[in-house]
Amino acid sequence: MSLLAVEALSKSFGGVHAVQDLSFEIEQGKIHSIIGPNGAGKTTVFNLLTGLYKPSTGRVVFDGEEVTGRDAHELARRGMSRTFQNLQICFNMSAVENVMVGAHLRLDQRLLGCMLRLPAVKRGDTRCRDEAVELMHFAGVGKYAGAEAHAMPYGALKRLEIARALAARPRLLLLDEPAAGLNPTETHEIDELIQKVAASGTTVVLVEHDMRLVMGISDHILVLDYGRKLAEGSAREVRANPEVIAAYLGTLSESQER
Amino acid sequence: MLITAAVIALLPLALPNNYYYDVAIRIGMNAAMVVGLNLLIGYAGQISLGHAGFVGLGGYASAILTSRYGWPPVAAMLLAMACVGAIAFLVARPILRLRGHYLAMATLGLGIIIYMVLVNESSLTGGNDGMQVPPFTLFGATLANERAWYWATGAVLLVAIWVANNIVDSPLGRALRALHGSEVAAQVAGVDTTRYKVRVFVVSAVFASVVGSMMAHYVGFITPQVSGFFHSIELVTMVVVGGMASTYGAVVGAAILTMLPQVLSRFEGYEMIAFGAILMLTMIFLPRGLLPTIAARWRRS
Amino acid sequence: MLSQALQFFFSGLTSGAIYALAAIGFTIIYNSSGVINFAQGEFIMVGGVVAVMLTDAGVPLPLAIAIAVAVAGIVGLLLEKLAIEPAGNAEVVTLIIITIGASIFIQGVVQVVFGKGQRALPPFTGDKPILFGSASLLPQSLWMIGTGALIVLMLAWFFGRTRLGKAVLATAHNRLAAQLVGINTRHVLAVSFVLSALVGGVAGVVSAPITLTSYDTGIMVGLKGFVAATLGGLGSGAGAVVGGLILGLMEALVAGYVSSAYKDAVPFVLIILILFFMPRGLFGERVTERV
Repeated sequence: MSLLAVEALSKSFGGVHAVQDLSFEIEQGKIHSIIGPNGAGKTTVFNLLTGLYKPSTGRVVFDGEEVTGRDAHELARRGMSRTFQNLQICFNMSAVENVMVGAHLRLDQRLLGCMLRLPAVKRGDTRCRDEAVELMHFAGVGKYAGAEAHAMPYGALKRLEIARALAARPRLLLLDEPAAGLNPTETHEIDELIQKVAASGTTVVLVEHDMRLVMGISDHILVLDYGRKLAEGSAREVRANPEVIAAYLGTLSESQER
Repeated sequence: MLITAAVIALLPLALPNNYYYDVAIRIGMNAAMVVGLNLLIGYAGQISLGHAGFVGLGGYASAILTSRYGWPPVAAMLLAMACVGAIAFLVARPILRLRGHYLAMATLGLGIIIYMVLVNESSLTGGNDGMQVPPFTLFGATLANERAWYWATGAVLLVAIWVANNIVDSPLGRALRALHGSEVAAQVAGVDTTRYKVRVFVVSAVFASVVGSMMAHYVGFITPQVSGFFHSIELVTMVVVGGMASTYGAVVGAAILTMLPQVLSRFEGYEMIAFGAILMLTMIFLPRGLLPTIAARWRRS
Repeated sequence: MLSQALQFFFSGLTSGAIYALAAIGFTIIYNSSGVINFAQGEFIMVGGVVAVMLTDAGVPLPLAIAIAVAVAGIVGLLLEKLAIEPAGNAEVVTLIIITIGASIFIQGVVQVVFGKGQRALPPFTGDKPILFGSASLLPQSLWMIGTGALIVLMLAWFFGRTRLGKAVLATAHNRLAAQLVGINTRHVLAVSFVLSALVGGVAGVVSAPITLTSYDTGIMVGLKGFVAATLGGLGSGAGAVVGGLILGLMEALVAGYVSSAYKDAVPFVLIILILFFMPRGLFGERVTERV
């Protein structure tokens, strides 16, 4: 059964159709990619799936339950987690604390316990901090475990966001351009990281421009153009699709030349 | 925390007379209140330009219950806390959905409405003339002099700091700081941001209510001015001058802004000019507030 | 009955004109800098106070008015140059406190120079009420409403037709893009503060004969102007005018029919209710945040 099903999803902003009549399914345990030229609506799809935007029409079904129009924090509770194309790091906090925020739902957040710092809260927090440090190592930013977030370089912040998303122990992880702005070595490391995450059983959905990364690791690819579905299938199928080639070839060959 | 306790314990050695005790008590009370307000403004990043309204409600609830209905002061204070908390809870949800200047506007309006109710319902509040408040008694003992009040205030301040620090360093506090740093990041991490804003708003309102009650009993008199716009601004200024998102910064801010009028009273007629100038200069040259700026300098050297 | 309603309408329109001018002042500065200027009310107060001082010293009324408005403009320029510009890209709370500091400072200066008392400016054209049935209208009210309308027209011309006005609008819309096409955005900032202060100064002068003036009259007018600007949706010029008029009329109606004690609470109750249901005011644009 698919983990996530999108049915006839549309979103318009003041008459501009950012996403139109889009349907697709995300299968459990696989790596999915959403690709398309700039402005194709990829990030909008992410924002619709994670509850930051409310769809104009259409349905989103997560794990067999309709979740259309639910708030982001509710979807997080159900097991969705994500990163952002333009970083959403809390620069007023330390790196570890950023990751700990990701584990928010698993901690005791009751007011009185927090005010009085009851032993249970304290224990949970200590455990959470240890796990967060571990996750930072897993994501390859372990050396920043004692750093403030604002003191970290861009590439490390990208991975810090992944660590934060993983701290929620998501069932569905949505990564919005995790390799954007990274050099080839860093991109390669992100590639490995994503595969490690997928191997641990988390379903991954990726929005990405780096075609080598996408083609290399995706089990399934969805191609968007002007907010509509252009094609979908395996990397080979998508690559062979004449429509995709027509609409997309320029960008595709450019990034492969890199 | 220990340092604060030590300062509070040792300060009386340096206080020559009741006048200085009085200033210290006022600093302590303001500090306790501002530590709470800092949770809302400094940590959660939500401005309130009407917080003095809650001080006024707390103070008047205590005043009215003790003087008109003969309640014991502690019971009155607790009921005041509960009522202020409930009122804050009711208005918080719609208000805290607002952002930036709209939030500033709504909280400002809330404060002014409370002020006007306190002025106009004079059969209950005494109107602009204010009303008398009986002294504070606890288990038959009365807080009769400055020294007794000093220790009581010190204890309340310590509890306030302790609670605030606990909140900051807890899942709740992290959620608050996260929604300040990036609201969407907090949301996708599962933080129901509106609910957390409401929580911290209520907590800071209750802090304000407690201090409102204490001040009413300490001064023995209360007027609607405690809930006025200018007092709200003073409170926000204490937070910002001391340093946002710094509990001890809030204490420093409260100390400076409580002492400032005392010092400035020598420049008769020119207090407002000096006060306004200091406010502007601090914000222009130390926008992060005193304590964080000093801390950053110290760390660098 | 009808004449009573007409009477309330007149008084609402009169105070509404001042609120609208205050709200326009907020809007001009907010648009060009993103700052909510809590010292806006002080421009109004300065205009009134300076005019009163000069006429008391024997300066003829028209000259006194001109000087008073100019002084308000200079105060606006100083505020921008000495307090806003040095603060750079400070946080919203910080900027709010800077302008509040400025407001207190200006009040302090006026208190020293002018004293604490309340004084009135003589009406421009006599104080014989004009009668409409049994409802009456002071000539000064006509001055206030007329001046308000004239300023709105002048501003519409300025922003719609002149190069400088368009530059201000462009900066409000997108500061970086404005810089790229060669607009001196710093200059624009100064212009908008002066403009806003001039509008405030005029409002202060025309209202001084009716509302009286003293060092602390600015706060309430300023806050109500902020309410009016928010009511219309921050940043909207037309919204500011409509917001101001609605505010004035509501106030007059409540004072007349419900309770005059709570007249001053009207704007704040109104704005809170409106924000509950329309978090961006009546005419504020709906924005979706980009992430």
